[in-house]
Amino acid sequence: MNMSETWRPTPISLAKAPDLLMPGHRLCAGCAAPVIVKLALKAVPDPKNVVVVNATGCLEVATTIYPYTSWAVPWIHNAFENAAATASGIEAAFRALKNKGIWKDKLPTIIVFGGDGGTYDIGIQSLSGAVERGHNFVYILYDNEAYMNTGIQRCSSTPKYASTTTSPAGKVIPGKLEWKKPIGFIIAAHHNAYVATVNPYYWRDFVLKVRRAIEYEGPAFIHAISVCPRGWRHESGMTMRISKLATDTCLHPLWEFDPETREYKITDRSLYIAKNPDKKVPIEEYLKLQGRFRHLFKPTRRDDLINEIQQRVDKEWNYLLRMAGMK
Amino acid sequence: MVAEQINMLLNGDFAVAWAWKHVEPDVVAAFPITPQTLIVEKFSEFVANGEVRTEFITVESEHSAISAVVGAVAAGARAATATAANGLQLMHEILSIASSMRAPVMMAIVNRAVSGPINIHCDYTDVMGQRDMGWIIMFTEDAQEAYDTSIQAFKIAEHPDVLLPIMVCLDGFLVSHTAMNVRVFKDGGVVKEFVGENRVVPKIKVMGKEVEFSLSPKNPVPLTFGPFAYYDYYFEFKRQQIESMGKVPNIVERVNNEYAEISGRKYGNGRVVPWNVEDADIVCVVMGSSAGTMRYVAERYYNEKGVKIGILRVRLFRPFPWEDIQNILHGKQLVAVFDRAQDQGAMGGPLFMETLAALYFAKDKPNIVLNYVYGLGGRDLPPDLIKKTFDELVRIRDGKEKPFIKKYLGVRE
Repeated sequence: MNMSETWRPTPISLAKAPDLLMPGHRLCAGCAAPVIVKLALKAVPDPKNVVVVNATGCLEVATTIYPYTSWAVPWIHNAFENAAATASGIEAAFRALKNKGIWKDKLPTIIVFGGDGGTYDIGIQSLSGAVERGHNFVYILYDNEAYMNTGIQRCSSTPKYASTTTSPAGKVIPGKLEWKKPIGFIIAAHHNAYVATVNPYYWRDFVLKVRRAIEYEGPAFIHAISVCPRGWRHESGMTMRISKLATDTCLHPLWEFDPETREYKITDRSLYIAKNPDKKVPIEEYLKLQGRFRHLFKPTRRDDLINEIQQRVDKEWNYLLRMAGMK
Repeated sequence: MVAEQINMLLNGDFAVAWAWKHVEPDVVAAFPITPQTLIVEKFSEFVANGEVRTEFITVESEHSAISAVVGAVAAGARAATATAANGLQLMHEILSIASSMRAPVMMAIVNRAVSGPINIHCDYTDVMGQRDMGWIIMFTEDAQEAYDTSIQAFKIAEHPDVLLPIMVCLDGFLVSHTAMNVRVFKDGGVVKEFVGENRVVPKIKVMGKEVEFSLSPKNPVPLTFGPFAYYDYYFEFKRQQIESMGKVPNIVERVNNEYAEISGRKYGNGRVVPWNVEDADIVCVVMGSSAGTMRYVAERYYNEKGVKIGILRVRLFRPFPWEDIQNILHGKQLVAVFDRAQDQGAMGGPLFMETLAALYFAKDKPNIVLNYVYGLGGRDLPPDLIKKTFDELVRIRDGKEKPFIKKYLGVRE
């Protein structure tokens, strides 16, 4: 991929870039989703030429309660499972209007925001179809690891042993029993999309990847970890601390996939950890801060389950290191 | 002035594809399903040969087809799709979103029975399951009407007083795969002039500024489409749709008249097509291609027995033309409604229920109204069965047989 690497975002330049998600929305205190949206939209080269598509979810309902809207960009919500299909229609429409000379500018940047339920589960067909067809759009997954909008139900993104309202930690079953689905690798396996993982704590890596995704001529998929105090059961002030730990434990490592060279590249903090393995934080540090994993520690400490999670994190991290040619 | 036209041997599906070719929508998104497939195959040829500039999206499901055209129309484009039966059912969720978003999508429906058991032949249960989703629904009788109505549909749906999506229905196989000589405009430019070269996106006022009702980033106030509306606003969204739906009957009539001026063809008043109903005291109400078979039998029936049986074809099913039904059928002795759709658990089929409700408020109610359910899963309605049914209607009218509420035609009981 031949990317212009001339953009040098700084905290000041990003602060000066317009906020395209306006204040007054009704997302929970400590929700990472608006941070992700604001950061992503600050990476748009022309903020006056962007269209946003939103799948049904927390972000959609909390930002557009009629007659109000928080969106300072053209925005559309169609349904839960069809954000990528809706984006393909919009992209095709602007191409058609440009061919006819009705739309005279550059084609707008089309950004989709979808939660994990709308992406991993109900929307994966629509997403896979739109990626396969090669539409030029950026799909940003804000992954809070359960159906939070309906009240914290498990989905295929929910991590193993997390307690949710449909996978509650009970006397016999210790929360969800299945591992998280590797969505980034699934989209990368289409072999025509730029794919990257991001973490809003590592903001610089975040915005650079979104910019790369926008510049890539074709489908792009950004997987952002999105901490949810309500569903993860922690104080709202701990969002960024937990977000940081998701990457520092290598649970949500930062990487990108170049569809042209088919190369995986580990980036930013994760690259540092790859070079300095002693900086890798044990997963327990991440788990113990969250009420959804409380049953792993109380009333009796379940070392067997904590170790099982640690081994899985190590296994996935080693897999990524091999994919990136670092092992 | 009637524009120059040529004869083309077209089946109903190809007729729709030719209408699309002449309208040249900006975006077509579709997924193949029998018996709709020929539409998208033929249109793909037009795209592949550079005969249209349409962006053709070959989606991975009908759900994505309707989702993509809703997105395209919201972006300011003119868009169309086509489906049938299970495909239409898969779209169901998005149909009400399309009408709520005031997206004038054109969708051709090649009517097919719904699963199960799986079947590919004609009945109207697929559309009847969608009748309250806020779409305009028109039924056509043959390939010629499928071509004509597919053109008219864009003009009706995009009318600034309407802004609602529209379904144009044609009978699976009976129309979709049956070729006839279709009069087609020699110059597609005539069609473009009729519907407008490009979709005119209405302007609305938002925060004191005039904006295009679209996702255009050029708008001085960017618009939010598909918001979350609680009990405090949802009802008003629906009320506005109902208001616009109420304007459709007149606009359908006007477009029918305007189209007659360029084509020389007219379908009744656009909403219903009466045949020999004025001096008949028995009238059959029916939709789609069966109307043609019935007229054929009724003509011979009159010649043979001297009994006049009128045929009233309903062309516009949503909004239902209840005033036309009342005006045309009041004072009749017997009205028989023919439904090609399931009536599971209802007193009768959907067309019967609508007709019956309309006639309840007619000034001079018909003595007898009854219902025949026929043709499910493509079961044939042959002329001799229609003739036997006419005999039965005459016996009932003459008091020789007791009337009934409904009967099933041509089924093993």
